[in-house]
Amino acid sequence: MFNASLKQLSIQLAEKKISSTELTTEFLQRIKQFNPEYNAFITVNEEISLAQAKVADKMLATGQAGPLTGIPIAQKDIFCARGWLTTCGSKMLSNFVSPYDAGVIERFNQAGAINIGKTNMDEFAMGSSNETSYFGMVKNPWDIAAVPGGSSGGAACAVAARLAPAATGTDTGGSIRQPAALCGISGIKPTYGLVSRYGMIAFASSLDQGGPMAKSAEDLALLLNVMIGFDPRDSTSLQHDAEDCAQDLQKPLAGLRIGLPKEYFAEGMSQDVASAIEKALVEYRKLGAQTIEVSLPNAPLSIPVYYVLAPAEASSNLSRFDGVRYGYRAPAYSDLADMYRKTRTQGFGAEVKRRILIGTYVLSHGYYDAYYIKAQKLRRLIAQDFTEAYKRCDIIMGPTTPTVAFNLGEKSGDPIQMYLSDIYTSAANLTGMPAMSIPIGFGDKNRPIGLHIMGNYFKEAQMLNIAHQYQLVTDWHLKSPV
Amino acid sequence: MTLSVSDVKRIADLAYIEINDNEVKETLNQLSGIFDLIETMQAVDTSTVEPMSHAQSVVQRLREDEVTEADQHGLYQSIAPQVEADLYLVPQVIE
Repeated sequence: MFNASLKQLSIQLAEKKISSTELTTEFLQRIKQFNPEYNAFITVNEEISLAQAKVADKMLATGQAGPLTGIPIAQKDIFCARGWLTTCGSKMLSNFVSPYDAGVIERFNQAGAINIGKTNMDEFAMGSSNETSYFGMVKNPWDIAAVPGGSSGGAACAVAARLAPAATGTDTGGSIRQPAALCGISGIKPTYGLVSRYGMIAFASSLDQGGPMAKSAEDLALLLNVMIGFDPRDSTSLQHDAEDCAQDLQKPLAGLRIGLPKEYFAEGMSQDVASAIEKALVEYRKLGAQTIEVSLPNAPLSIPVYYVLAPAEASSNLSRFDGVRYGYRAPAYSDLADMYRKTRTQGFGAEVKRRILIGTYVLSHGYYDAYYIKAQKLRRLIAQDFTEAYKRCDIIMGPTTPTVAFNLGEKSGDPIQMYLSDIYTSAANLTGMPAMSIPIGFGDKNRPIGLHIMGNYFKEAQMLNIAHQYQLVTDWHLKSPV
Repeated sequence: MTLSVSDVKRIADLAYIEINDNEVKETLNQLSGIFDLIETMQAVDTSTVEPMSHAQSVVQRLREDEVTEADQHGLYQSIAPQVEADLYLVPQVIE
């Protein structure tokens, strides 16, 4: 049952072949068995999960069920969930039991889905390896010597190891797509503004976007249909006409124009990744697509631009953590300023402090124009590059990451090497355009490789179609390490 | 540009983060490396480009100025580090 797709689970539940309580119990068992090794979950609460399953079983019995009713979903520990410990991977929130539900959590609850647990993540979503979590590193289930990627590393691990049928993630510079690639699963960051940020603990507000992580594109479509929707409590939520993300899944790909950015294929990609990408493109040509070279001349500057804008926004967002209203407060201090200082110094980990310092500096007097405004101008040039490219192609493809998963500890002492693992992913956050990763094979040490599929604004249904058609003729998405 | 030890101490002070003398050198080295990476932005001429602050050019939504939330201070204060008489307690600021 734990290898089943969401659609298969939905049918089994509807036909009463299994109850949500049985399904939830099975996944709770798997978590109990495997989580001590993988550390994918920070919090599991059997009582709440099983109570939700009971409600779902009633919905199923009375014909009020939707496609996700009764299905367990792992929630990234960045989403506030009422009554659940919500830590964001930080000591700062290690005692924070949320008094309210995030918009995303509300939508899953309304759909009758089960919260199967809160997944581990890099502290405040700052990291690409899940090694900055206060709650310890997560292992890659394909190879426990490897990182699962980050920041949604617990979510990627949970789906890959079949500890949950699907999961939520958030993506500020690649945090859904990079761990999806490194763990051999599918994940999509939708167009900025489609998924509510209400109750999703803020890292860099103009870049943060929630999205689903699952085994296949078909599963992602079902999840996105629940996650997308206007929320007046998020000031950047878009009032976009509702669209069924699964509507185009079956469309043939004949005539599809795939753009291959020459900058992404120039250098930096390892040989195993390059050859897997080439094989995936061969499949797409067989499906009737044609490939053309496009150029994104400013895209290589995504990383420096990102490391100005994201820390700037983070330093502002994280100023709220002061030990007054919620979360951690230092046990001893001399006065108010000292309380702030001790609380923040003890409550934040090294990477979070580093980014707060970068952000504080680039926003400080005398440096604002040289760094912050400069980065915002380049952000526009990067967005224009993509807009130009989409005049010549329907979709852009390339590698999600330059290499397969690196070893635990390999890059944790070198922030710049860590930052460069998001070299292909951060542009989509700067532009706000949707992007996804799907598994396309295995490379060095038999570790998974992801194909990055980037689309223009609001092209989620088309991107899922493109991914699904590939998954109909290949079986990489069905491979599992268990 | 070159960061100095005093720059690091100044920004740490602004951010309410303590960096002790043992850590300051290491922090300086790491931040300097990151700023070397950031400096590569300066190679592109952006003199005629408008800054882009946001992915979507949407206007700020407004709403009627009316109460929409119920009073839940008991719930919210139940998770605060220190509360007394419905007030958040902090160290004394005014003598």
